[in-house]
Amino acid sequence: MDIRFTADEVAFRDQLRDWLTDVLPTLGDPPDSDDWPARREWDTGWQRMLYDAGYAGINWPSEFGGRGSTPTEHLIFLEETTRMGAPYVGMNFVGQLHAGPTLILEATPEQQARHLPAMLKGEEVWCQGFSEPNAGSDLASLSTRAIRDGNHYVVTGQKIWTSFGHVADYCELLVRTDPDAPKHRGITWLICPMDLPGIEVRPITTVAGSSEFCEVFFDEVRIPVENRVGDENDGWRVAMVTFSFERGTAFISELLGTMNQLADMADVARNICRNGSSAWDDDEIRREFGRLQVEYDALWALTKRVVSQAQRTGMPGPGGSVFKLYYADVKKRMAELAHRLLEREALVFGDEAGDEQTGGDMVASRLYVLSLSIAAGTSEIQRNIIGERILGLPKER
Amino acid sequence: MDFELTEDQVALCDGIRDLCQGRFDIDTVRGLADCGGVDRRLWAELAETGVFSLLVPEDEGGVGLGWAEAGLVFEQLGRALVPGPLVGSLLAAEVVDDAVVGFIERPTGPALVEYPDVIDALLVLDGDGVWRVDAAELSIDAAHSVDPLTPVGRVDVLPQGEAVGGCYGWANRAVFLCSALQVGLATGARELAVSYAQERQQFGKPIGQFQAVKHMCADMYSREEVARAALYYAGCVMDATMGPGLPANPGGDLYFHGCTIDPHDARGDHEHRELVRAVSGARILAAEAADHNGKDCVQIHGGMGFTWEIDAHLYLKRAWALTPCFGSLDEHAERIAAMV
Repeated sequence: MDIRFTADEVAFRDQLRDWLTDVLPTLGDPPDSDDWPARREWDTGWQRMLYDAGYAGINWPSEFGGRGSTPTEHLIFLEETTRMGAPYVGMNFVGQLHAGPTLILEATPEQQARHLPAMLKGEEVWCQGFSEPNAGSDLASLSTRAIRDGNHYVVTGQKIWTSFGHVADYCELLVRTDPDAPKHRGITWLICPMDLPGIEVRPITTVAGSSEFCEVFFDEVRIPVENRVGDENDGWRVAMVTFSFERGTAFISELLGTMNQLADMADVARNICRNGSSAWDDDEIRREFGRLQVEYDALWALTKRVVSQAQRTGMPGPGGSVFKLYYADVKKRMAELAHRLLEREALVFGDEAGDEQTGGDMVASRLYVLSLSIAAGTSEIQRNIIGERILGLPKER
Repeated sequence: MDFELTEDQVALCDGIRDLCQGRFDIDTVRGLADCGGVDRRLWAELAETGVFSLLVPEDEGGVGLGWAEAGLVFEQLGRALVPGPLVGSLLAAEVVDDAVVGFIERPTGPALVEYPDVIDALLVLDGDGVWRVDAAELSIDAAHSVDPLTPVGRVDVLPQGEAVGGCYGWANRAVFLCSALQVGLATGARELAVSYAQERQQFGKPIGQFQAVKHMCADMYSREEVARAALYYAGCVMDATMGPGLPANPGGDLYFHGCTIDPHDARGDHEHRELVRAVSGARILAAEAADHNGKDCVQIHGGMGFTWEIDAHLYLKRAWALTPCFGSLDEHAERIAAMV
């Protein structure tokens, strides 16, 4: 075990840091969170800057235009960009981390040439059409129907939780092509252009008041057969290839951002005065800060283990499910600590200027953390995965 | 960066695991409770294997490994419930010749001494240094220990003893090794619970098929993995900042009981803070993982879990014996909070 970075890794970090130091001041202010055209421009503009500097597709193989970096370099990239306040991957997430890697492994050369360079340059935004109202944790029971008609699939049904569906150009879409086969064996993976006739996108308003999720309705949408990735009825396997990319590095920016947030919260605690002393003087509050820091430090160490395993074997280790399960709980505890600090101020979203005093982003965070144990596989599903695949306990079904 | 076990480290773990399975099967371990916790012949085997001389340089007759490896070895010992004053005997290897050595912090009042009937000597840590007290000098009153594998006795007045070194680094080293034992205990308890959940049938199926039980097992594994990551990280930080041996005091003691280290203090240099943060972090997570997994192991065994016959209580009680050593968990949390 060696936690020290190699000379090459240090050089990679230094070079990246120099570049970020140069370009970040040129970016200007990020757009309002509900100004979708401006957000698209911001996220794709950043992707183009990464591309021009050679950092796009950092974990993609170089023969597909990526940088071909090691998992450790990917970790360094995410650590440095988060630390220096660079834009998050944002709506490039599906393209960079799900659809792109899937196309690299499963698509035809024509499909790859058509989409991969465009994804890298920020010219295509992708979304994910997997979940359905009646296919959540039991994703394989999805029922959006695709009927073959000559050179087209005619698709009818409904998808949900499609992040950025209203601004995306393409959708990685799972459809049922054989309703009579066992549920895992009748699914097909399609590239769906979002401008086809018959597609309707409706934003969903979350408990936080935001609307990055959408419902997508398909009414006899004709998708060319040449847009199929993998064989007909082999889409479940293709989709699982995508899921394996979710583990390992997907939560690095999130975790490091949370650690910064904890430090900011500690400053707030030191400045909040109650009964003549600061909130920080309260033993319980101070020790909870200590414990949260311990748990985040350990999750960062766990991430490094998972990344090192990926570097050795090509696959992230089983720590991914453990990370997600554990992180959701710790982050919820942090939100509750914030609200013990804020007391009645926790009723009010802070204005941007007032964040430092009122902890406005902590108020929003209390709502956001509710999604952490639901999105990308609920905590209950993660426990099933750990119990069955890692510990070998018998399946319920 | 390659934060995964090397081939040598995997072989080391396997070797210690084999030794434990061959020499410290559960019947033997339970039998040790009747002879003060240590059998001299088995203890000598541990010593010959190098368990206590892991950190002693090879040219001085030791194994010449680092703290990361010491953590791996102690993790396996904890997993197998190997009793005895393991932490003291390893830390003592460089300063005294005794074979079975206890190690405690000098209390303000009477002391509780572990393994009182079998130790050759007791090392005592205080703010002025580390002191060797010969076992023959101890006047010990019998006490009834909660943990059958950790017998204790009361000593009203602890002799001052003979100085054997400065106090630098001892507490952190002991805390690290206790944490390693507890990660092993958390693992052992989880393994016992999972195997029972696979075998035990109720309502016509293995109880591990029910989500209520399956999810409890998953939480046990998660705690253990997070604590293990913290432990391995702490081992690497110790190797990077301390080195294996006991260096001369570099300008301040690391003895911390009762005082939060001030990060702005002149002693609080960056490396020192990294080390304290990593070791105290591992301490909290390992202690809680061992405690929770011990309790969950009892729960998963149902009524049988409450009996002496089932081993679940042995993991839990050993975890309890190891937690109140060298600072409470609250003190460790305070150490970290000072760095947030």
